[in-house]
Amino acid sequence: MNDVDNMMTPHRQSVLRWQRWQDFFFEKTTMVFALTTLVALTGIIVSLFISSWPVLHTFGFEFFYTIEWDIVNSKFGGLIAIFGTVATATIAILIALPLSFGIAVFLTETCPMALRRPLGTAIELLAAVPSIIYGMFGLFIFAPLFAEYVQPALAGTFGQVPGLSILFTGAFNGIGILAAGLILAMMILPFIASVMRDVFEIVPPILKESAYGIGCTTWEVVTKIVLPYTKTGVVGGVMLGLGRALGETMAVTFVIGNAHKLSPSLFSPGNSIASTLANEFGEAEPGLHYAALFSLGLALFLITLIVLSLAKWMLIRAEAKKGMKS
Amino acid sequence: MTGFSNMDPAIYARRKRANFIGLVLSMSAMIIGLAFLLWILAILMIKGFSALSFSMFTQSTPAPGSEGGGLANAIVGSLMIVLSCTLFSTPIGVLAGVYLSEYGDRSRFAAITRFVNDIMLSAPSIVIGLFVYSLVVVSTKHFSGWAGAVALSLIAIPVIVRTTENMLKLVPISLREATFALGAPKWKVSITVVLRAAKSGVMTGLLLALARVSGETAPLLFTALNNQFFSADMNKPIANLPVVIFQFAMSPYENWVDLAWGGALLITLTVLALNIVARVAFREKVSA
Repeated sequence: MNDVDNMMTPHRQSVLRWQRWQDFFFEKTTMVFALTTLVALTGIIVSLFISSWPVLHTFGFEFFYTIEWDIVNSKFGGLIAIFGTVATATIAILIALPLSFGIAVFLTETCPMALRRPLGTAIELLAAVPSIIYGMFGLFIFAPLFAEYVQPALAGTFGQVPGLSILFTGAFNGIGILAAGLILAMMILPFIASVMRDVFEIVPPILKESAYGIGCTTWEVVTKIVLPYTKTGVVGGVMLGLGRALGETMAVTFVIGNAHKLSPSLFSPGNSIASTLANEFGEAEPGLHYAALFSLGLALFLITLIVLSLAKWMLIRAEAKKGMKS
Repeated sequence: MTGFSNMDPAIYARRKRANFIGLVLSMSAMIIGLAFLLWILAILMIKGFSALSFSMFTQSTPAPGSEGGGLANAIVGSLMIVLSCTLFSTPIGVLAGVYLSEYGDRSRFAAITRFVNDIMLSAPSIVIGLFVYSLVVVSTKHFSGWAGAVALSLIAIPVIVRTTENMLKLVPISLREATFALGAPKWKVSITVVLRAAKSGVMTGLLLALARVSGETAPLLFTALNNQFFSADMNKPIANLPVVIFQFAMSPYENWVDLAWGGALLITLTVLALNIVARVAFREKVSA
């Protein structure tokens, strides 16, 4: 510091140049690592597309809306699996949505302060349980109970309603589209609940306090202040759960029944894209069957990509509101 | 109550009723969620501990129809795959997180990476299995433990990137500025000051990623496959707990199903323990 002229001696300059080079090298190295996920995403799309090309070439777009899945005669259509994936995920969302909303409301509004942390952690632990455990639980514990108590009850009530009866017919064997949807619902419940809780906490306290101040009840604050304010975040959380439900393999494979047939009844066994892959990929011979499985994988990846992108986009928009807090 | 003389008691009663019903329903949702967690854990404990025995850790998986047997090969295989996955994904994930946090302020590339990373966070794991199959298994012409480790790494990396970036962002700017003022180059600031200050938070992310991949089954089905015999060769198909559980649980043999429950208990206890350690040890830093 005592001598400014000394700052730029040749030695210093070379040190600086060396440091600048190090920094350049460091930035580019870390950047290459950051590229990994981008490369993986494009790699997945490209490799799935290449592997599924024989089927897309032979059957064209028809693959995605024909039913036939005939391994012996090499005729393939993905509709059954795509239907199974969409149906189970839809059931899961319909059940998980109100439950996770309830949990998020409880955790942010009514829960005693001392319990908030442990109960929130408990819900997050539910999300940490590996999906294969849900699958085993579904097959060995849930399905028998479901067949003995719930299915007869559903058939006896909704099954008698004209129009709805078609959904609740068939044998009560516990496994099938509905059972898979229910297990999936329990799996995605904690994901949606924790996103909702996080976005509910974004709401500025002053908004809620003003509402309470003019005499609103807690329920009114939740439905008329919190919910409208966090709308995009809530939808984003639900889409995130939907993305998870669409791609889930193990929980579904155990309980969906793995039957290649299309039936309007929710009790009947079916197949989802992920369960078809898990069951058939090991035995598939290279050729059309193999390519057909890759095409299903491609369809699954593209569907979840769209759903997750929408989810992320909405959550970013919700997050932007946080900035307007103060 | 005189101040509220213009209030319609019927409306007031209705609002109170709606409030009561809504809050009761939300509390029941919470109870359903908790009951489900306890139910799953209770079943796992009952079925798992009754299947647990000493031979489970010393013997390899039994042949179809034969008595007894254990999970020793699967436990060792799982440990090896998960360990290799940690070795692959930690440097990649942490350095990518450093890039996003230290260089990615206004860059478009960083914004896209962040977006894609968050999508890969929830991408279907079975598709990642397919990808690694066509990338590694097809080109090497055999299933291998390495392929399994690569597939798990692709799942772990996004988790590590996200938590690392979040944790580094929490380090105060002034700390960086102080180090710059001493004449340190940026890489030294990032590694020796910022990363060190956020060490415990980054560790949390690693533990959470570890917990996430320990239970993953789908990506291992087409990569590590399975091996009935004891093998520690990562270049060959290798037994691992999730795939063994999947095959044994679906099998008609009673001792296989028992082993599956024992393995399920081991995996769940590991995953929950990792989660709880990550949360308790670094309590206030977990915001990911």
